[in-house]
Amino acid sequence: MADRVRESTAPALPDQQVGRAGVAVSEPRRRRRYSLLTGRDKLVLALMVGVPLFFDIALIWGPTVASFLFSFTNWNGIGGITEKNIIGLKNYESLFTAYQFFWPALQHNLIWLGFLMFIATPLGMFMAVLLDREIRGTRFYQTIFYLPVVLSLAVIGIIWSLQYAPEQGFINNALGRTGNDNLIDWLGNPDLNLWAALVATSWRHVGYIMVLYLAGLKSVDPALREAAKVDGASERQTFMRVVFPVMAPINVVIVVVTTIEALRAFDIAYIINGGKNGLELLSTLITNNSISESSRVGFGSAIAVILLVISLGPIVIFLTRMMREDRR
Amino acid sequence: MTVATTTAGRIPVARRRIRLPRIALYAFLTFMAVTWLFPLLWAAFTSLRPYGETLRNGFISFPSVISLDNFGSAWTRGEFPQFYLNSLIVTVPAVLLTLLISSMVAFAVSRFSWRFNLFCLMLFTAGNLLPPQVIIVPLYRLYLLLPIPPPLSDNGLLYDQYFGIILIHVAFQVGFCVFVLSNYMKTISRELTEAALADGAGVARIYWNVILPLCRPALAALATLEFTFIYNDFFWALLLMKSGDRRPITSALNNLQGQFVTDTNVLAAGALLAAIPTILVYIALQRHFISGLTLGSTKG
Amino acid sequence: MANPDTPLLPPPPGPSTVTRRDVLKGMAGVAGLASVPALLAACGPGATPSTGGAGASAAGSGGSITLGSNYSDEVPKKVLQGIVDTFTKNTGTTVKVNTVDHSTFQNQISSYLQGTPDDVWTWFSGFRMRFFAKQGLATDISDVWAKVDSKYGEAFKVGSTGDDGKQYFIPIYLYPWAVFYRKSVWAEKKYTIPKTFDELKTLATKMKSDGLIPFAFADKQGWPAQGTFDILNLRQNGYDFHVALMAGKEKWTDPRVKAVFDKWKEILPFHQEGAAGRDWADASTTLLQKRAGMYFHGMFTSQQFQTAGQADLDDLDFFPYPDFGTQYDAEKALDAPIDGFMLSKAPKNLEGSKAFLEYLAQPATQVTWVSQDKSNIAASKDADTSGYSPLQKKAAEVIGSAKRITQFLDRDTNPEFAGPNGMQAFLLDFIQNPDKDLAVLQKKIQDFWDTL
Repeated sequence: MADRVRESTAPALPDQQVGRAGVAVSEPRRRRRYSLLTGRDKLVLALMVGVPLFFDIALIWGPTVASFLFSFTNWNGIGGITEKNIIGLKNYESLFTAYQFFWPALQHNLIWLGFLMFIATPLGMFMAVLLDREIRGTRFYQTIFYLPVVLSLAVIGIIWSLQYAPEQGFINNALGRTGNDNLIDWLGNPDLNLWAALVATSWRHVGYIMVLYLAGLKSVDPALREAAKVDGASERQTFMRVVFPVMAPINVVIVVVTTIEALRAFDIAYIINGGKNGLELLSTLITNNSISESSRVGFGSAIAVILLVISLGPIVIFLTRMMREDRR
Repeated sequence: MTVATTTAGRIPVARRRIRLPRIALYAFLTFMAVTWLFPLLWAAFTSLRPYGETLRNGFISFPSVISLDNFGSAWTRGEFPQFYLNSLIVTVPAVLLTLLISSMVAFAVSRFSWRFNLFCLMLFTAGNLLPPQVIIVPLYRLYLLLPIPPPLSDNGLLYDQYFGIILIHVAFQVGFCVFVLSNYMKTISRELTEAALADGAGVARIYWNVILPLCRPALAALATLEFTFIYNDFFWALLLMKSGDRRPITSALNNLQGQFVTDTNVLAAGALLAAIPTILVYIALQRHFISGLTLGSTKG
Repeated sequence: MANPDTPLLPPPPGPSTVTRRDVLKGMAGVAGLASVPALLAACGPGATPSTGGAGASAAGSGGSITLGSNYSDEVPKKVLQGIVDTFTKNTGTTVKVNTVDHSTFQNQISSYLQGTPDDVWTWFSGFRMRFFAKQGLATDISDVWAKVDSKYGEAFKVGSTGDDGKQYFIPIYLYPWAVFYRKSVWAEKKYTIPKTFDELKTLATKMKSDGLIPFAFADKQGWPAQGTFDILNLRQNGYDFHVALMAGKEKWTDPRVKAVFDKWKEILPFHQEGAAGRDWADASTTLLQKRAGMYFHGMFTSQQFQTAGQADLDDLDFFPYPDFGTQYDAEKALDAPIDGFMLSKAPKNLEGSKAFLEYLAQPATQVTWVSQDKSNIAASKDADTSGYSPLQKKAAEVIGSAKRITQFLDRDTNPEFAGPNGMQAFLLDFIQNPDKDLAVLQKKIQDFWDTL
């Protein structure tokens, strides 16, 4: 069953050779195909997976474990790690109770998440729903909304600084607030700059979500919508009761993507002011503590581990969904 | 009122009556589009005006002088040719390698059932979702330790090498591409592989001559996406490269911000110059972008 | 990180009476101002660096060295290239300059030095220098110092010495932090230079009513405000307390520190608004555009004026921060950061690098530098100051007459303390919320120090 559904929604390929009579044959999973694979074949396959796997572990998972181990030391990067560098949970203790920038950073990451999840992502979904109709110029609109996604965050940071600059930026000039006594300090005021950064980030995020959702909408079986219309459902009812539930997998992807983007936030805050004065984020704390003039590798790694643990949430959700998909 | 919409797509455009909700929709979309484009347009507008002129007339004013001087200035003072080259040297090999490697993994994982299929897939995908800051510190240390022979490295290490940056990009992006490609490959009938194997073809041949050509749409889509992701990256080169003149354009923008801080208009020109390649790629290959992003996520 | 027990800054001269000997010992900069005529004779206009003997060093012809430079701004970048080219012409040793953005270079200095640093690298004097020397990330250059010792005043040698008594740093130039203003604007509004803090306040009030921003101010990068803290602390509590505070021997919760913040609160209302979002160069532009009356900053602010034009540069002047009426006024202390070069821990071309450092130590090299980048003055006491601009001459005079100089907060203390999630953040908090409870702020600072 699952195979058939997949076949019908697969993009039509001009030169794909569909199997016998174009019908997918569900094979019993346990059919022995190994007899067709030569020893050499098996080796090639092993290499095809093994070598990339090796690099993946060496460059990503290995360092992840290393971060975890470093977090139990007070190493500063010079010389080797000796017995007396190992301090157990002291870094975490210091982080939670004494380090004054940790909780604000965590708070900012959560605000980042909330903003993206409840404002930017819904807006993206809304735009996708709007553009899913038959209207003229849908491609044109899509292009415009997606354009920020192809820009580097460094570029986005600069473009928005032209908006936010106190005396030369567009916003203050438009509002007439460029005098010394009525300036709005968008990037310097810690009560404002996080929101300013979030608006700049959302400018990009909305387009990204929009495209994901739009594709999902387009892949919904038109027959379902037809049926709903025939039953007399309004547009909104159709969406809420029929389309949205069917899009459950896409919705999960979007939630996961949004969460990951919020946890990864770094570039814009760093470009604006290096991650201080209201723009502290877990990611900037890590770099400012361990790869900057300060080289507190152990301490920085503790922050990295916290970030890792928080990130595991959405990652596990995504992987679980993947597992369930695979079993179907 | 709802009659027209139930047969949406079946009624020819000409016969649809203009109704208030439609007008409201268009108006809203136009408003949003203008708002969305505005920051970019403003940057373009500012970059075309000489700084002195904006100081005299104010930033929100009708320009008395328009020139491309700022672009020329950014180009030379910002040493753009060098940085474009750096970006190219990093991005193109990285994209090719990523596609090659992930297609191989996807092939092995989707065509044949192994015990650890799913596990591998999950490992790769999770690797892509990890925030880079989690691993930057040990990675930096690793880059200083691994000995790398001359053609790939001119200082014996991965640190401060194009190859080092390419490698981490590939490692990070392979996860996403494997996910997308394996989903895509699953739609290719198993019969194909069976038949080819029965004919005596080796798996390598099947991969290269049979499966890969069939994946062209997906590969094209991923190529455009990956080009954008890798070109736009700011983080890796910032911390894994020390040579100012080897950094790609996006990491170099940080420098430019410091250099041109009092010359907003030149900075705007510089930012736009940095953005042009991806904008061009996007406009030319738009179709592929959309399909690339959605290939991975719309299955099921 | 343990703090060094030895004082970070040039040792104070002997007790009260100001003798010429004291003046020569305790200060940095051109102590030999009194002997300018002698200098003029020594360094003729045609003096070239090679006469210093650097060219004849064992580097031989050929060979190359690498140089990590944070001179990313256009003027200094060009100047450095010129210096480098002359060195190559004289010795045949090529120098590959690796320029990194100024603040990025500093931000990543630790990973840079631990990684694959260039043979020679630009850096600063003070704790910041000793910090990395102590970690073994710099090479001992006492032998180079032995050759150039006579060219520097004692304070410079002290500033170049690590905790182990060996030298690691070659000073090339320095500059004062002072209050800058435009002569034409002051002449027009008939302002006079304030001698005391109260006069400064009065002047600021008058400027405000005249429609000028009294103090241009920017603190987006976080370090500019540290300059204000330094000078206020030096005036209010004296050099010894300041040094001890930087070293962690005095506490930030001390009532004397509170007095500094209180003094700051008195003039903060006269500072430019929106400083937290403003780059220092933009504040400089405010002064350039005659919208501000004064700018307390380092002399490199003149680079903006130099780019704007000779007329603007000629119009720029400065005065040292006014007195507070305490006994510390006599110290005439100020921040006069010294920039220079160091050797990394394992340079590929040791001989060539040392030759380059020796070349940099030559008075003539330094004079070439500061004659093009007029925002600094040469570090060598034998430098020919006859070509100095009026601003440079004044700088030499002010630094010369100072009994105590400091290097600037983020160079005088632990870099982990002074960084963006550290002292920069605390001062940003203060300047945006000066009326919050100071005791809380002070405790925050001290607590942070204690965690390091």
